[in-house]
Amino acid sequence: MRKLLYILQKEFTQVFRDKAMLPIIFIVPVMQLLVLSYTATFEIKQVRLVVVDHDHTPESRALITKFSGSSFYKVTDQVEQYDRAADLIKRGKADQFIVIEPQFARNLVIEQNANIQVITDAINGSAASLMSAYAISIIGDYNREIIVGMTPLAGQALPISVQPSFWYNPELNYITYMVPGILVLLVTIIGLFLGSMNLVKEKEIGTIEQINVTPIKKYQFIAGKLIPFWVIANVDLAIGLLLAFFVFNIPVIGSVGLLFGVASIYLVAILSIGLVISTLANTMQQAMFISWFFLVIFILMSGLFTPIESMPHWAQILDYANPVAYFIKINRMIMLKGSGWSDIQSEVVILAGYAVLLFTFSIWRYRKTV
Amino acid sequence: MNNRKKIIGVSHLVKKFGNFTANDDLNFEVFKGEIFGFLGANGAGKTTAIKILCGLSSPTSGTVMVAGWDVGKFPDRVKERIGYMSQRFSLYNDLTVKENFRFYGGIYGLSASAIKERTAYFLKKLEMEQTRDVVLSKIPLGWKQKLAFSVAIMHDPQVVFLDEPTGGVDPITRRQFWELIYETAHQGTTVFVTTHYMDEAEYCERVSIMAEGRIVALGTPAQMKENYNARTMNEVFVKIAR
Repeated sequence: MRKLLYILQKEFTQVFRDKAMLPIIFIVPVMQLLVLSYTATFEIKQVRLVVVDHDHTPESRALITKFSGSSFYKVTDQVEQYDRAADLIKRGKADQFIVIEPQFARNLVIEQNANIQVITDAINGSAASLMSAYAISIIGDYNREIIVGMTPLAGQALPISVQPSFWYNPELNYITYMVPGILVLLVTIIGLFLGSMNLVKEKEIGTIEQINVTPIKKYQFIAGKLIPFWVIANVDLAIGLLLAFFVFNIPVIGSVGLLFGVASIYLVAILSIGLVISTLANTMQQAMFISWFFLVIFILMSGLFTPIESMPHWAQILDYANPVAYFIKINRMIMLKGSGWSDIQSEVVILAGYAVLLFTFSIWRYRKTV
Repeated sequence: MNNRKKIIGVSHLVKKFGNFTANDDLNFEVFKGEIFGFLGANGAGKTTAIKILCGLSSPTSGTVMVAGWDVGKFPDRVKERIGYMSQRFSLYNDLTVKENFRFYGGIYGLSASAIKERTAYFLKKLEMEQTRDVVLSKIPLGWKQKLAFSVAIMHDPQVVFLDEPTGGVDPITRRQFWELIYETAHQGTTVFVTTHYMDEAEYCERVSIMAEGRIVALGTPAQMKENYNARTMNEVFVKIAR
């Protein structure tokens, strides 16, 4: 125990003496939270719309006004030929275009049936379906107004009225949804990288050899490498929660104590992964690449940006082994829903299992012999 | 010689890496307070052997007893009783002199007061008191080597292993370093040293010379010079290692 204290004293001294390390530990996470929370959004505002109006009637202009009046749309161009509009899409100058047929107004009144063509750049599939849904909803609105205009009673006659109510995030604010996930992301990056770099650095500069001829116990040395970064990552989480509260106005609805309890377990797992990488790699470069490999997979599969439910079945199975996915789920539940222990216990037990397993494995993997 | 306590006993030590035999049936003994020179050309297998003696590597076969314990079976028992200074400088360059002493003292289980006392003792002996709070990266190499040696013997080990301790060090510092070695041996600590400087070999009580994984000569420098009909250890070395 006393030996462990000497190791911790040395590790903390080294971390706080390294002038390049302090900004990495304390400023980078703050930047990540502030920048990513605003930018990691799938909402699409300001779709660049091109209109091909072959009709030029008050009716066709009313439809165009509906688009330009929407906060989601910006009508960037009006052209006369289909080809011109297609060309603008092709060159990336527009996201979507609508074609209003000749005789649009006449068909509406006389035939009671008119056509509008909506064409969307679908390189980004999910954005395209959103843009398409926007267009359909605006045209649907316009449709309803016309029906009401022609048969005044029709508006009241809709038999089912829908009043949606959105729980836990009533304003459907994307930032509210993203911040708890990004908090997990930043403690994960800090934990995995600091955990994997530190021990391998001692290998690279050769100081590990001197350590290995001492009677130090393997668990003492590994614990000495884990605890400092465990403390630092928890401090980062605290800073992040304060920012979430003061900058984004997102309080922790559930128990802060429970949140840190889970974070502490989670961080043991993440730091242990880093330490295992560290025991396998011989240089910092190797450790860096292996860490990146795991980090990218963990994060893209974590449900941070895309819901796990929409992943293929095999990927959902793989996610049972993804600690990041558990903690993002738990953190969203505690922060946004105020979930308590009974709601998250099975996830926490799994995380604890990982933590124990990985920590033990990292001790076993660390070799005092060459 | 035989009435002195045996500190290192190596019998039939073999170390193989695949098909390559780095140490081929080594047999030797080293005694308390002795300065034992472990010589050989690059690649002769010295570093492999020294790593086995320190418990950093395990032998393929044979027994290695160090400080009364079998290294293969009880590496940590051995590690408590030995000091080691590697070829590469391996103290922490980003810690101060005092912090390096404190860390290694702590790991070897010295009490806080013992750490203070030993640190003060070494700094005074090396006349380096003014560098106490200087980070190691700002200290010249020769001084650092003397510090590394002091840290290696801080916990009063029975034997200290020095793997080319004076590589890249100026002649004056080299002489001072050997004065430290003499003093340490005189106080009863065995010094096991590898070197490429043959003038240093002359300072050893006994030397062994390795070639291609075997010990080809072992004895006092005087015996060796006589056996090989040479005036200096340098000549002996060239005759054997060729």
